[in-house]
Amino acid sequence: MHLRVSDGNHGRVTTAVAPPRRLYRRPDRGIAGGVATGIAEHVGVSVRTIRIGFIALAVAGGLGVALYGAYLIVVPPAPDAGPSRFPTWVEYVGAGIAAIAAVGVAASSLPQGGLFLPTLLACLGGALIWRQATEPERSRLRSLSRTSLTAASGQRLGRARLAAGAALVVAGAVLVLAKADFSAIRDGALAVTVTVIGLALITGPWWMRMATQLSAERAERIRSQERADIAAHLHDSVLQTLALIQRNAETPREVVRLARGQERELRTLLYGSRQASGQLAEHLRTMAGEVEDAYAIKVDVVCVGDAEVDADLAALVAAAREALVNAGKHAGVASVSLYAEVEPDEVSVFVKDRGVGFDPAQVADDRQGVRASIEARMARHGGSARLRSSAGEGTEVELRMPRKATK
Amino acid sequence: MTKVVLVDDHAMFRAGVRAELGSRVDIVGEAGTVAEAVAVIDRTKPDVVLLDVHMPDGGGLAVLQSMQGSDARVLALSVSDAAEDVIALIRAGACGYVTKTISSDELTAAVARVADGDVVFSPRLAGFVLDAFRDAPVAPAIDPEIDQLTPREREVLRLLARGYAYKEIASELFISIKTVETHASNVLRKLQLSNRHQLTRWAADRRML
Repeated sequence: MHLRVSDGNHGRVTTAVAPPRRLYRRPDRGIAGGVATGIAEHVGVSVRTIRIGFIALAVAGGLGVALYGAYLIVVPPAPDAGPSRFPTWVEYVGAGIAAIAAVGVAASSLPQGGLFLPTLLACLGGALIWRQATEPERSRLRSLSRTSLTAASGQRLGRARLAAGAALVVAGAVLVLAKADFSAIRDGALAVTVTVIGLALITGPWWMRMATQLSAERAERIRSQERADIAAHLHDSVLQTLALIQRNAETPREVVRLARGQERELRTLLYGSRQASGQLAEHLRTMAGEVEDAYAIKVDVVCVGDAEVDADLAALVAAAREALVNAGKHAGVASVSLYAEVEPDEVSVFVKDRGVGFDPAQVADDRQGVRASIEARMARHGGSARLRSSAGEGTEVELRMPRKATK
Repeated sequence: MTKVVLVDDHAMFRAGVRAELGSRVDIVGEAGTVAEAVAVIDRTKPDVVLLDVHMPDGGGLAVLQSMQGSDARVLALSVSDAAEDVIALIRAGACGYVTKTISSDELTAAVARVADGDVVFSPRLAGFVLDAFRDAPVAPAIDPEIDQLTPREREVLRLLARGYAYKEIASELFISIKTVETHASNVLRKLQLSNRHQLTRWAADRRML
């Protein structure tokens, strides 16, 4: 638990100062809860003076420690104070050590210390729990304790723990009364230990439930964050696209292009966002998306297996792009298939359309497209390209690239 | 004419499919929920059910699971082409899987094929199956008959994934169309029956992607 900023209603009982000038702790500036800093600020003395005062009282009989502890418990932190400078567990360990030391010292010096202090400590512990809780938590604690006490038989564990805790507390008290050896620190420490264990057992379920509820709240917050992200995305891109589609209703080609681009984007958002980057499948999909946008065709991408993209595979992707572009420009079809398979020793890519096709033998040698950008590119990287087409039967480009480093 | 039931929670999509297919198949019923679908299929005894994957109360999977005794064959239809949806539906007994962006002609052909007792492999589904059966099994296959694909089945799947139609596959491999259909059915059966560890792990991995 962090030290929470308490609301004003609960500090009023314990501070004797008039409302305009109230005593607050400054946990963000002090060392151990900011009691000295708070007092110094309140009365207008230097912090050092207050600290020396506390230390002097602590050395002379331990009163300073008890006083400091009492202040720490009853004085609320300043409303504008931030959380403590130290991690929470450091504070708790520190507080624990201080409490044990105080009880030990007091038990040895006060005549009735062995009996009085464990009880005091138990009361203070309870008070502390309530002190630290803010109002909604307090009401939650109240309802939790109610369910803990009136738990159904299914929650036998909770009841057993409660009973064990209560028994330990009683045992502690009895032990102290029976062995009224007032000078023994040992007895006091033992009683305190027993009491603390008892308290831990009693309040354990509360804390566990609080922790579960906190993590549930955190999960809920993350969920709503995700929802907000998706809403933002829908607003930015989907609504925009829908508006554009309405304005372009007369040109079906443009409508298809817009719808397809938006579909791709949404699919990436829904299914593909966590994919590792730099992989062949991702490169091919991105490339196909660009071709889809530029030439208003649909590219059906199917990838089997995946591999890290190196220079050779980048060339393969570029050649595949060229093949898609050719299909988009010349085939006269609405959709093209792109299939890629990664095998241990080679990667193959097939680009197929069912378009008009052509006779490869009749293409003039000086035409750039296929020769330079596909065949030559593949050959430079040690791969091969094969083109199959005939008029009316569509075209298929087959690209093969051997893999050098096989894992 | 083929009797078809449309199951989709979007009335607009049902209307669209009805307008596209209405003259070519006999649409005997429509349903918008799982319960309606089960009732309509039971009453009208269709040949083919066009089944949406994502619906409230369990979706297409729930419909498939509650029509165990039915003779109707199921063609799954969805906007999702995520691997886990595809594989889950096929393993639950669907005879094929097409996405909603499919053209009316292709959809009609797919319905006819399913009605004839064949399976429908979209290129994407073929790719998924190849991917799922790709790696050499880590442990020896429990039942090699259904845990591995034959080289011929692999070839057929590759061509399907490349966008080939059955007729084109047949002429490419010098086999009859009927043989291609048999290979496709066998692959689908293997996908449904195989309980090899790798297939489940593959599906789980895909979800992580």
